[in-house]
Amino acid sequence: MSGAEKIQVKVTEITPLNELVTRFRFERVDGGQLPTFSGGAHTVVEMQDGGITRLNPYSLMSDPFEQSSYTISVRRDDQGRGGSLFMHRQVKLGDEMTISYPVNLFSLDLRARKHLFLAGGIGITPFLAQIKQLDVLHGQWELHYACRNQALASYADELAERHPHETHIYYDDQKQAIDLKGLLNGQPLGTHVYVCGPKGMIDWVCNTAQAQGWPADCIHYEEFLAPQPGKPFEVHLKASGKTVYVGEHESLLEAIEREGVDAPYLCRGGACGQCETVVLDHEGNFVHRDHWLTDEEKAAGKKIMPCVSRFEGKSLVLDR
Amino acid sequence: MTIQFNDESFRDDYTFRNSEWAIKRFPFPFHEDSYMYSVNMEQHRGGPEGSVYEKRFDVDEHYVSEMKDRAIVLDQDPLRCQSLPHMTLAGWDLLELIMVSKSEDYPDLFELHRNGNQWRWINKPLGIDHSFTFMDETTLPYGPMEYITRQAQGDYAVLDQRDDMLWMDAGMVTTQADWSLDFDIGMNFFEWHAPVPLAHEMGVFQRALKFLLNIQQGAPARRLNWTMTVNPLLDTSPENYSKWGIQKTTLTPENIGRKQHLRVELQTFFRLPRSNALVFPIRCYLCAFEDLMTVPKWGRRLHRVVRDLPVELATYKGFINNRPLMLEYLSQFDDGLPTSPGVWPDLETEPPLTK
Repeated sequence: MSGAEKIQVKVTEITPLNELVTRFRFERVDGGQLPTFSGGAHTVVEMQDGGITRLNPYSLMSDPFEQSSYTISVRRDDQGRGGSLFMHRQVKLGDEMTISYPVNLFSLDLRARKHLFLAGGIGITPFLAQIKQLDVLHGQWELHYACRNQALASYADELAERHPHETHIYYDDQKQAIDLKGLLNGQPLGTHVYVCGPKGMIDWVCNTAQAQGWPADCIHYEEFLAPQPGKPFEVHLKASGKTVYVGEHESLLEAIEREGVDAPYLCRGGACGQCETVVLDHEGNFVHRDHWLTDEEKAAGKKIMPCVSRFEGKSLVLDR
Repeated sequence: MTIQFNDESFRDDYTFRNSEWAIKRFPFPFHEDSYMYSVNMEQHRGGPEGSVYEKRFDVDEHYVSEMKDRAIVLDQDPLRCQSLPHMTLAGWDLLELIMVSKSEDYPDLFELHRNGNQWRWINKPLGIDHSFTFMDETTLPYGPMEYITRQAQGDYAVLDQRDDMLWMDAGMVTTQADWSLDFDIGMNFFEWHAPVPLAHEMGVFQRALKFLLNIQQGAPARRLNWTMTVNPLLDTSPENYSKWGIQKTTLTPENIGRKQHLRVELQTFFRLPRSNALVFPIRCYLCAFEDLMTVPKWGRRLHRVVRDLPVELATYKGFINNRPLMLEYLSQFDDGLPTSPGVWPDLETEPPLTK
């Protein structure tokens, strides 16, 4: 079995927050306690969508020390392959689901004298848990949260109410923007910056901080990629002696799993490195989309991350 | 079962002894007649009944005496226990992990009663009954890591995980095989392993680090490591080398069976939930050569392993000078018969010594 340990839960609350985002509460089916976790952790939610098993990671946003329930917030992606649509349209109160133990790829650096959080849109969710954790630890933090408009600003009101001095909200439609250079310039020594949001925002924050001389180990980001559809292709799995057809709307990892071949994974979003797979032979081009392999590794064509990356060409042979 | 705790010493008069029960459950580390490094990790989810692998934190007949020995070491050298300021949360994680595990696995010896953050911990073997507030250091006599590891056998390295790397940022280390927490504190995984020969070239540490970084909550792992120790010393630290190093020269053909011990570490790895740190308990088991020789399979195999070990490893493990003497002794217990695969003693099925 691959991935983190599993937990059987039931859906005990579904709360639409706005036009795009809905919150789900999970409690254990057996009534027991859930594991505590560290702020920034995610859980992988299993969805039985017709014949397809979808496994999507969502940041845990509830209090990490609260063991009676977990909550996640799911943004509906009408262009996506269907995981968020399934959550929004199919999941009903009382449904039983399987989620994974918490896995953290975006943890706080507990050495930091101060934590500077930059969130864009639904990227707010990991920070909600981290803020609750820092409340207990009496940590110093500051949040800068950019949203499209007031109506879509999930959790902005409650954050501003509970933490009026730490919370700063920016609305795109009011032409408000984070003064990133000024913000980064004014931070005390020992500050760590964390960013979660759209890719453009992550690049902007990382590049700006780097250009201002911030040490790389003080800059943290999390971006889960959703697998993108692409042209179908065929792959030969040498170790298991199977040839697998990867459809337009499934990922290479999902196709491998569908054929009953066990492949390791954790995040399923190109970040954790668990599913790294050796390419034995290929004739064609890789569509590398992960954050894991270096540019040199991507160019060398000896490895692929099947959770998000694809292939276009004549033949592909993997050691799996 | 209720354990009968020994009253014994790991220094001076060395009254440490293994009962027959302890010998049979000794974690013999060689699964075949030769040894080479490997990452050799497996899941830590129980094991055969009565074995050292069965519980999350094994408690045996040496528990009470080992904790007394730890207290002596700490009294003489407080730097054996250190925790950098950002590791306090990991200390609470560890305290919770050990208290919950021991009270569930040994309900006759340990009890944990929790009412929110008001906790009551009862440790019957050590005579402790203590109420405290979880996450409030002022309610404990020591920091949380020190408090609980003064009550748990084995050393504890608590590793922070940052930037795809592990950092030795806290620990309780009093029963170590010649490494120093005070020297290693703050180092990263490659830095603290730098002295190990051969393994770097083999890529062992890259693979091991990748494995450890991916250990997740609810899925602990374990492996064994081993070395040799003359006299049943728990504290073979660099800090005290002047005291124990010289004892390696006291072996004779007459006393080697009693004095020479195989030292095995059961190393386990747990992801800590609140801090996302990794705890690395290193539990030391000692067994005298003469006790090991009561298991015919282990006698045959230990001779072959010691005989064929590369010089670099025998040097690193500190017994190159004593190897001829060891082989002279061990060869008496090797009649050349084949051995069964695996680490278990197989007393019922393996033939007695025919020599």
